Amino acid sequence: MQEIHASQVRPPFYRDERVLGIFSQLLVVVIVVGLGLFFYSNMITGLREKHNVAISFSFLSQAAGFDIGESLIEYSRERTYLRAFVVGLLNTFQVAFLGIIFATALGIVIGVMRLSTNFLVSRIASIYIDIFRNIPLLVLLIFWAQAVFLKLPRVAEAIILPGPIFLSNRGVAIPWGIPTDSWGAFLLVLAAGVLLGAVISYFLREQGKRTGRMPLITLWFLVTVAAVGLVGWIVLPQPMTLDQPFLEGFNTQGGKILSQQFMALLSGLIIYTAAFIAEVVRAGIQSVSKGQREAATSLGLNPAQTLRLIIFPQALRVIIPPLTSQYLNLTKNSSLAIAIGYPDLFAVAGNTILNQTGREIEMFTMIMGTYLSLSLLTSFLMNIYNRRIRLVER
Amino acid sequence: MTTAAGTPSDRSVLPVTERYTVLGWLRRNLFSDLFNSLLTIVAIGFVIFIARLLLRWAFVNAEWGVIPANFNLIMRGQYPSAEAWRLWLIIHLLGAVVGMMWRLISGQFSGAARVLVAIPFVLMLIPFFAMETRLNLLITAAASGVGYLFAGSLYIQRRGRATAYLLLVYLVVMLILLRGAGADEGLMPPVQPILWGGLLLSLLLAFFGITLSFPLGVLLALGRQSKLPAIRVISVVYIEFIRGVPLISLLFMGQVMLQLFLPDGFPLVDRVLRALVAITLFSAAYTAENVRGGLQSISRGQYEAAQALGLSTFQSTIHIILPQALRAVIPVLVGQFISLFKDTTLVALVGIFDLLGIARTIIANPDWLGTQPEVFAFIAVLFWIFSYSMSYASRRIEQRLGVGER
Repeated sequence: MQEIHASQVRPPFYRDERVLGIFSQLLVVVIVVGLGLFFYSNMITGLREKHNVAISFSFLSQAAGFDIGESLIEYSRERTYLRAFVVGLLNTFQVAFLGIIFATALGIVIGVMRLSTNFLVSRIASIYIDIFRNIPLLVLLIFWAQAVFLKLPRVAEAIILPGPIFLSNRGVAIPWGIPTDSWGAFLLVLAAGVLLGAVISYFLREQGKRTGRMPLITLWFLVTVAAVGLVGWIVLPQPMTLDQPFLEGFNTQGGKILSQQFMALLSGLIIYTAAFIAEVVRAGIQSVSKGQREAATSLGLNPAQTLRLIIFPQALRVIIPPLTSQYLNLTKNSSLAIAIGYPDLFAVAGNTILNQTGREIEMFTMIMGTYLSLSLLTSFLMNIYNRRIRLVER
Repeated sequence: MTTAAGTPSDRSVLPVTERYTVLGWLRRNLFSDLFNSLLTIVAIGFVIFIARLLLRWAFVNAEWGVIPANFNLIMRGQYPSAEAWRLWLIIHLLGAVVGMMWRLISGQFSGAARVLVAIPFVLMLIPFFAMETRLNLLITAAASGVGYLFAGSLYIQRRGRATAYLLLVYLVVMLILLRGAGADEGLMPPVQPILWGGLLLSLLLAFFGITLSFPLGVLLALGRQSKLPAIRVISVVYIEFIRGVPLISLLFMGQVMLQLFLPDGFPLVDRVLRALVAITLFSAAYTAENVRGGLQSISRGQYEAAQALGLSTFQSTIHIILPQALRAVIPVLVGQFISLFKDTTLVALVGIFDLLGIARTIIANPDWLGTQPEVFAFIAVLFWIFSYSMSYASRRIEQRLGVGER
């Protein structure tokens, strides 16, 4: 009788976890790389044999030859494809930036309304959330463009809101400031105000550290900047004039005209995203336990201080990560502009340029690269922020 | 999830006389102080304004004739009318399967079951339906009853497994019925997927998108949590890449470039299938991130205990880790499925006639010029009904499984 101790037996290689691990990794890598190579070689041969072209980005410097409805920078059909791409990119940024600001504001209002003790107010908020979270964004956008903005009256019978703001089926005309010669000087004054504010904040913080009573630093900073700005506005000879739109014949003149497509895209994105942001805000506020509020009150903090020093910092920790992902969603969703004719990045690059040049590989690389770097950049910043506000545990 | 009045615990107990009176409720919830009263009045004004606007449009201005006239188009797209009986058969079978599954899983005829049974009868009340449609709805209701009774007469020990087989068989039958088989003059001539459309296609895309992306997503999540570096890196790169780009770019890429990647002479992949591939690949990355949340919520002790019992990595993943991880993320997963359902509308932008695509063709028809508000409002309501019932069902399942109470 021979006894074999368990620890002396080595498992056969096909049951050894280390061997299996290495083997399965090799297998996956071979499959993935093999598939990639397979696709790549198919693509290259296909391109060479059928279309007789090689991958190259040199077409970007050729003249685009098409017009773009709206642009933040100077553009004409003689400019290059690259310029057209940048125009689309800036249009995406414009919609995303404004959308984020307004959606956040509306979302916070609705999220707070949802938590109101007033039955009716909280009901209205929850109905809003339930409706807009369950309708596809694309349906909402097309509805907004074709059933609302397109159905507005003609310019001659435009709806006039105080301001004056003209609503018509050509778009929305709003008053707009026009910078004068002294605008540059005013910006300099404003910059000086920011600098002064920063210096004051620094001294206030040092004083707070010394005395243990932190003053309202942000408030003082804003007051300083506003005061300097106001002085500059009064002293300088009118840095900006107000240009008001008015009716002239069959069109509006003056002011700034926001196109029908732009307004439809922007308002659709705002309404849709606000419903999601409202839920994020509500969850964040509810996540702060009641004990925190009670403890703050028993320490003698007044309601405003409790909100500012106890509730908000803790709610923000919960709110910020999902809020950022909503911002990213809004930015990516703005690519649906193609459905309603607003020339954003995807509509210009993925549709117009691609159809004209037939450069699928190059265009998709550029489009996806742009969106990808936007979201990777955002998540990178988010991770830094998360690390800063993370609860420090033992 | 609490209501406006807060959790029950922070509502102090009122005297009996005040507890159940209408006035007492009004005072507490609407007019507790001056500010609240003002708020209530403003809110009432707002509600009346919106309601008047909507009601006046819906009952006075709107011309709803466009919906009955195009109803078949909205429901099934270009699917030939002569073959509509196949779709009805699919619905009847679905009724029977749901009846059987209900008996097998829940075993009782409770609240939600009554709602389900009521659906065909409520639909029969729609005024413009033909007699044939009503008859078909009646058959569906009867089929579900038969299924329920039939399952009750079976003595089945492994209910879960029986349900799974049932679903599988149903899926195969459904696909055969949809796609057709045999010659063009046969009993069931083939119907190309590009002819499927309307609500039918939206639901099919959502259903197959969910069932195909779910396993892929779980695999990716496990890959991302894996100890093996090569597998982890591949999963992370895939997930982050897909999550970083908009779905529409993937859909366009599928339409324009998929054929380019395939070898010469490879048969042309159907347009609808190309869209389904894009939706599946897209959704899998999001599912993976949601499942990863569930995997991370499981304590190390579970892994160690499974190992101590002598389970292999594979066994412990299947029997110990995944069931707990998935249960923890049910609400998030359902949210993800709802957004997949809503995202299927994007296929309308690549020339596929799903519900939204059909709506766009209807408003482009010269006979129905200017009916955009009616058509889009109708399909928005259709989408809303489906996604809201999904989120409602998920809340019920959540309560039943006791998520958050363990």
